[in-house]
Amino acid sequence: MAPPGAGTARPRGRGGYWLYLVPSLVLFLAIIVVPFLMNVATSFTRWSGVGTPKWIGLDNYTKLFRDERFWASFQHNVALIVAMAVVPTIIGLMLAAALFDYIAKRFGGRTASALRAAFYLPQVLPVAVAGVVWGWMLHPSYGAVNQIFGLEVNWLGDPDIALATVMAIMVWFQLGYPVVIFMAGLQRVDPSLYEAAEIDGASWWRRFWHITIPQIRPEIFVVLLTCTIAALKVFGPIFVLTRGGPGSATMVPSYFSYLNFFQKVNVGYGSAIATVLALIIVVVTFLFLRVQERDQESES
Amino acid sequence: MTPDRTIRQPGRWAVLAALVVLAVVMLFPFVIVTLNAFKSPAEYSSGGPLSLPHGLYLDGIVAFWNRVDFGLKLWNSLLISGVVAVAAVVLSVLNAYALGIGKVRGRLWILVLFLVANTLPQEALVYPLYYLSKEVGLYDSKLAVILIFTVIQAAFGTYLLSSVLGQFPRGILEAAEIDGASRSRMLWRIVVPISRPTLSVLLIFFFIWTWNEFFLPMVFLIANDNQTVPVALGVLQGEKMMDATMSSASALLGIIPAVAFFLIFQRTLTRGVTVGAIK
Repeated sequence: MAPPGAGTARPRGRGGYWLYLVPSLVLFLAIIVVPFLMNVATSFTRWSGVGTPKWIGLDNYTKLFRDERFWASFQHNVALIVAMAVVPTIIGLMLAAALFDYIAKRFGGRTASALRAAFYLPQVLPVAVAGVVWGWMLHPSYGAVNQIFGLEVNWLGDPDIALATVMAIMVWFQLGYPVVIFMAGLQRVDPSLYEAAEIDGASWWRRFWHITIPQIRPEIFVVLLTCTIAALKVFGPIFVLTRGGPGSATMVPSYFSYLNFFQKVNVGYGSAIATVLALIIVVVTFLFLRVQERDQESES
Repeated sequence: MTPDRTIRQPGRWAVLAALVVLAVVMLFPFVIVTLNAFKSPAEYSSGGPLSLPHGLYLDGIVAFWNRVDFGLKLWNSLLISGVVAVAAVVLSVLNAYALGIGKVRGRLWILVLFLVANTLPQEALVYPLYYLSKEVGLYDSKLAVILIFTVIQAAFGTYLLSSVLGQFPRGILEAAEIDGASRSRMLWRIVVPISRPTLSVLLIFFFIWTWNEFFLPMVFLIANDNQTVPVALGVLQGEKMMDATMSSASALLGIIPAVAFFLIFQRTLTRGVTVGAIK
């Protein structure tokens, strides 16, 4: 952005522009700010959703930190960050580099684009529909996977493997996103870097480590940040596939708060969970942006 | 194509083969769902999921379509996503005009506020929204969902569009001002037409993001007449009355519109996917 005043010197004042913000600010206040503050306020009360909320101070939070299900739900969140952010980023980097620096050069751009489209296709589905697809594929009695491989595994109903199954589904769902972003990032890398490295006899791996990864660092940050946030917020697949079960083997904070809001009518407790989740997401975002800023400073 | 050294030949095919195998794994569920949506339950139990269907058995799809009134669900999704996309683009333009071109005081804080709003989990808003919508009689209405997502999408659009309009060529605006153009005239006659490519990318993204939403529409749309496609499918998933091929048919009906949008909008999406990366 231009520094203040540069090229903007105009005889009229700036006041008039405020008017354009008014519709959004009104809606924003009613739909984001007020509800969020109400949620925070409710987290200090005991409330069933009807009648008057009873102020109980920090009781919900002290209860929360002793609640094993709450801690378990965050552990599952960490597992989902691995499945939705870490693994797709690592595999996505290798796939993008292989498609860009190998397949496109030796088999042509069309082959690379076709493969990229195949990897990306799961990403176009609404996440709830992806859940419907896999709920059917993995159905214990008639599901296609058990039928094809002659297995009798209860993929989503066995507490020992349900979380691993959900993680695998999320890798499938998420993988295409980093591939596409990283390939787009590689477009702006100077091709002479690769050519020079190839003339010097650098192996594919060396080019991957010393050119690809450093050149698309901004994209790696963006993908890690957005996928981590998505993993922290994950609700649809859990609702559709397992409802947090069996037991609480796949419970996540978003579903845990939903359960308290609408099924156990512990609105105060649900609000406390949602507030903690919101806080964690804002802090994670802030930390990522700080690290990225530092990274850019040390680059230049 | 670059002439390759002959020693590399086997390796080169191995890499391609590995990637093709992975692509097949990624596409496998789509193929399986499509194959089995067109089979009768008897055919499924005798031939298994991998056999090709004998002819086109449409009963599973038709039965599911009628049971959930799928045409209505499609219309609901289309209406909600379409209105949200247009309204959110309009709000984003108005905001970005004030922030990016008008450079109103405190714009940085306003932008941070919008960005935080976009990252907030919907769980932290859902109960108050649920409560308030009941108070004002908007609960279980499409309008409630439209209003909520218009604001959520516009928060992102404002953030993005403000930085785009921050780079807007000053000369054009100054020339228009000298000619005596009013602010609203400058917005609709100059800024909007010139930024049309960015606006169309935003419009498509808002449409698809809203189409894909599950959590808030599930909470707010209770009546069958109001539900969207993902909500109807997600809520019915795993219901006892569904047999193997009908479940497959329901999955296929969820896949088709999503893949159709992808094919229709592919060009715009690949152009704009880095734009969406911030989300």
